[in-house]
Amino acid sequence: MLHFDRWKIILIVLTCLAGVAFTLPNFFSKETVEHWPAWVPHRQLPLGLDLRGGAHLLLAMDTNELEKDWLNTLRDDARKQLREAKIGFVGLGLAGNSVQVKISKPEDMDKAYAALKKLIQPIGNAILGTGGNDITVEQTPPDVITLRPTEQGLRQRVSSAASAAIETVNRRVNALGTAESTVVRQGSDRILVQFPGLQDTKQLKDLIGQTAKLTFHAVHPTLTAEEAKQTRVPLGYKIYPSGEGEGGRSYVLQETPVVSGEDLVDAQPGFDSRTNEPIISFRFNQSGARKFGNFTKDNVGSPFAIVLDDKVLSAPVVREPILGGSGQISGSFTVDTANTLAVQLRSGALPTKLTIVEERTVGPSLGADSIAAGKLAGLIGCLLTGLLTILAYGTFGVFAVIGLLVHGFLIIGAMTIIGTTLTLPGIAGFVLTIGMAVDANVLIYERIREELRTGKTPIAAIEQGFQRAFITIFDSQLTTLSAAVIMFWLGSGPIRGFAVTLTIGILTSVFSAVTVTRLLVVWWLNAQKGKGRIVEVPV
Amino acid sequence: MFFPVPNFKGFDFFPHDLRIPFMRFKGLCFGLSVLFMALSLLLFFTRGLNYGVDFKGGSLIEVQSKNGPADLHDIRSKLNALGIGNVQIQSFGADTDVLIRVEQQPGGEANQQAAMKKVVDTLGDGYTQRRIEVVGPAVSSELRRTGTIAVFASILAIIVYVWFRFEWQFALGAVVALIHDVLVTVGLFSLLQLDFDLSIVAALLTILGYSVNDTVVVSDRIRENLRKYKRMDLNELLNISINETLSRTILTGMTAVVGILALLIFGGEVIRNFSFAMLFGIIIGTYSSIFIAAPLLDYLGVKRETVGHALKAKESAAVTAKEPTPAKAKAASRRT
Repeated sequence: MLHFDRWKIILIVLTCLAGVAFTLPNFFSKETVEHWPAWVPHRQLPLGLDLRGGAHLLLAMDTNELEKDWLNTLRDDARKQLREAKIGFVGLGLAGNSVQVKISKPEDMDKAYAALKKLIQPIGNAILGTGGNDITVEQTPPDVITLRPTEQGLRQRVSSAASAAIETVNRRVNALGTAESTVVRQGSDRILVQFPGLQDTKQLKDLIGQTAKLTFHAVHPTLTAEEAKQTRVPLGYKIYPSGEGEGGRSYVLQETPVVSGEDLVDAQPGFDSRTNEPIISFRFNQSGARKFGNFTKDNVGSPFAIVLDDKVLSAPVVREPILGGSGQISGSFTVDTANTLAVQLRSGALPTKLTIVEERTVGPSLGADSIAAGKLAGLIGCLLTGLLTILAYGTFGVFAVIGLLVHGFLIIGAMTIIGTTLTLPGIAGFVLTIGMAVDANVLIYERIREELRTGKTPIAAIEQGFQRAFITIFDSQLTTLSAAVIMFWLGSGPIRGFAVTLTIGILTSVFSAVTVTRLLVVWWLNAQKGKGRIVEVPV
Repeated sequence: MFFPVPNFKGFDFFPHDLRIPFMRFKGLCFGLSVLFMALSLLLFFTRGLNYGVDFKGGSLIEVQSKNGPADLHDIRSKLNALGIGNVQIQSFGADTDVLIRVEQQPGGEANQQAAMKKVVDTLGDGYTQRRIEVVGPAVSSELRRTGTIAVFASILAIIVYVWFRFEWQFALGAVVALIHDVLVTVGLFSLLQLDFDLSIVAALLTILGYSVNDTVVVSDRIRENLRKYKRMDLNELLNISINETLSRTILTGMTAVVGILALLIFGGEVIRNFSFAMLFGIIIGTYSSIFIAAPLLDYLGVKRETVGHALKAKESAAVTAKEPTPAKAKAASRRT
């Protein structure tokens, strides 16, 4: 235990120096670090939202809505397939979580079944055995065919919708102007948005709180909503309510839109030149412009409706054909809502509505207070622990404190390299690992004292102390490590941050308390030997 | 070689010839511990825990008055008029800081946000928002589940490890001690009705780690002594082992308590409950390794043959290590 090969010493010293080098940037401001030469480590420990302030929003997708949307699409596709195959059918509609259709003539069943089977899409990986289809098609004699989404198909839908939603949310969040925000998937149907340094979350919530599906519909030429409600809504039409501030009118609109928001290439907030009201001016892409141009050409004098998220924003009358592919939307906008909507339209519609299921926002003032408090507590904790150690173990106590310093540098250095964020629970974990590192030294030194009391020579006692205590240290640290790993694996949020620091801390504490301190003791022994025989161990 | 640190001896304040008859108190301690565990369970099931927003759902907002001390009475009357159910208002640290808790709103996720918005709008411009936490019903039930699983999985991992390294009796002793620590800490939180949230679960997990640390150190010594004193009465052997590790237990406990006291006093209001749980847990964890885990071995009995046998290999390894290996001998001769 008391011999170090030269290469080991070099390795230990290099590790310590690396710890110091990677920790150092954290003591300086970002601006100072930027002016350092390129070969010096620049990376700084990112602070968690609880320390620097910011917003943390967990959004959940509405999977029921996704499923319903899919069933609607499936129904439309089935209608198209049967019409193309010229098969007569009645009663095509949703039945629970499936689409059912009744074929008029039983002899058409086979043909219809074959036609509908074309809608099945393979998904997953067939080679790995995870393959399957997105829907199943079953026929129930004599005349019913059922199309049912599979579990797997639904999962894939949710997954691709989540990816699309993440992109959209990302674009919207970036419009608030920071490169540091992160948008990541969590689980199958959740999205985590983290936005550092944001004081007021209202704007952020407004931006992601709306699906922003924009569509342009033809209005039924004669029928009003009241009449339609009393009689019946004609095929292919639907009643749409109007948005807030539109007087609560409803409209009978063609269900299939003329143009939709997917065809938009730009949307900007602005002001109407005549009324000075906030408006949004938009521009279509080529195909959108053509569709809209054709529609307005044929419908001069009649109204069309601009619908946002199934609510009518406005229903202006077409005065002249709009062929240039650009136009403007007015509604009862304020400057803020016009800005928000313009961003939403530019970044595209969300596949489904997102609900905020968890929000944690920390204001910058609290974050700064927490950092100050954490620093103070950490400093005082370290100072007192160090004093206590030196008081109890003298010269060897000083070695232990040097080991502690190395531990501090290594843990911060390692966290900087890995890029884990430092959170308040992380600071608590740090303080705890200092206690654990001290414990290792206490175990060793108490053991040395014990061995000395049995009458062993100083060198033998030191040797035995390190050797015997190591078994205990190993056992106790590994048990804590197993608990820390479980915490990281199962825990969420603050528990995770704590577990990361604890795990790194356990590893570095063994290194610093056992290896570094032992090296110092060995150097001390050699220095003493130079002076003559070692009479006394200063512990 | 130049060595800058002067030699000075540490202050060995612990009388090492002390032989406190711990085992004599074991009946009393077991009785007390069982009583405390039963009381904690009783408290847990009758009084329950004061779950924070993490586990109960609902919202929490910390605000700071911009001009002078906050008027709690005014805030209370304003917020109670909103009709958003039970609203708790308390001063938080400084007298300008107020912590407002709104219970979980019925009717799903979106309503939590709506209630929070009402609170923020009602408070108006006189207050800055320092912290907002809104946890919906889905997330809170998940956090409850994963939190519970994390505690039990940690205990399980520890059992497996201790069982693997020692005998099953040691593992059982450790587990009883761990369950004791967790139960009594939870009981204290129930008694004082302190906020029980995610950070307290983190504290519980740490207490588990610390307590098992202590237990392992004592167990290690028991194992060593079982091998050293082959014919000693188990009761006395356990007592000697506890006494021999007592100086370490107390010193380590002191350094840990010092660190956590610093967190408790200077660490700020946000982690106060966490620090408090840790402080209590470390004290109770130290108690349980001395007064529960080790004495329990006396009841369970340890088969000396298996312990001796398992360690024979290690012992002989230790003996050979003591003899200078060629490399060491060479190094030694080089040094002299």
